[in-house]
Amino acid sequence: MARTYNYPRGMPTTVEKTSSRTLSGAAGIGIAVGVYGVSFGVLAVAAGLSPAQACVMSMLVFTGASQFAFIGVLAGGGGALAAIGPAVVLALRNAAYGLSLLPILPGRLRDRAIVAQLVIDESTAMARAQDDPRAAWRAFLATGLSVWLCWNAGTLAGALLGGGLGDPRSLGLDAMFPAAFLALLAPQLRRPGAPVAAVAGAMIAIAVLPFAPAGVPVIAALAGVVPGVLVARGAKAGSAKA
Amino acid sequence: MSWTLLLALGGASYALKAVGPVFAGGRELGPGVRRTLDLVAVPLLAALILVQTLGNGHRLVLDARVAALGVAAVLVWRRAPFLLVVLAAAGTAALLRALG
Repeated sequence: MARTYNYPRGMPTTVEKTSSRTLSGAAGIGIAVGVYGVSFGVLAVAAGLSPAQACVMSMLVFTGASQFAFIGVLAGGGGALAAIGPAVVLALRNAAYGLSLLPILPGRLRDRAIVAQLVIDESTAMARAQDDPRAAWRAFLATGLSVWLCWNAGTLAGALLGGGLGDPRSLGLDAMFPAAFLALLAPQLRRPGAPVAAVAGAMIAIAVLPFAPAGVPVIAALAGVVPGVLVARGAKAGSAKA
Repeated sequence: MSWTLLLALGGASYALKAVGPVFAGGRELGPGVRRTLDLVAVPLLAALILVQTLGNGHRLVLDARVAALGVAAVLVWRRAPFLLVVLAAAGTAALLRALG
């Protein structure tokens, strides 16, 4: 009896289940991102980048929305300098993600400097969806590496394929982005204040979209955190009273 | 396309990602800050969903992406695997565009 009492209840199975689900989730996200990477490679070459430039961009910049914004401006006839603005603004959210990940990242500065490159939408969302810090770190690393490998493999394939793939829109590839973000957002909506933050962020982005430069609506949506935090604080105070 | 600009974008992108992990590392976070950071990704993801579903330059449009997002929402609600969610969304949009 004493032995069963001391045994951490259900720990081994729980951990195994979590990591196998984490790994399959990371692989699934990677494959989905890889498919989109193919279309990035195709579009980048069509916008005037050489295949080598498309590949180096995916390795170094490694944040999909920024890269698409960049080649979007190029393809629309804008210069490279004009293209950098929206790309950087879109990448601003990675700074917020990096800050939010601080509690789960490794302690050594060198390790943090290396994994910083993996701070993106997908790895952050997968980490935030976990219950404990260790699982969150594993989910972050697995997803970040999976997405990095697949994104770059996809870019290479797309850049070499060139125009042979056909129109990414007719394949519905653009519709994959919101679907992926929805799947990533859903588990986070259980947090106190999260539904309010989501609705506020969405409304701000839509309100700003007609007149703000590309990338700005998503950054402006960050203000949706404020009502979310107020609701979360209220919920905490309410449960403390009850 | 200039290599210099491309490398500059890569550097800026890494610097933004590293703000937290490298430059703010090791600092204690108060409960208020932590509560805020817990929610930071939520409004951004919600905004990305709407902007990429409805946005067309500076205009809001209703097209095949809305139906694709609806299909994705049902699948997410039914706890379908991630890959199925995104492939079903792409398939829906592709089908509607082929028909329309």
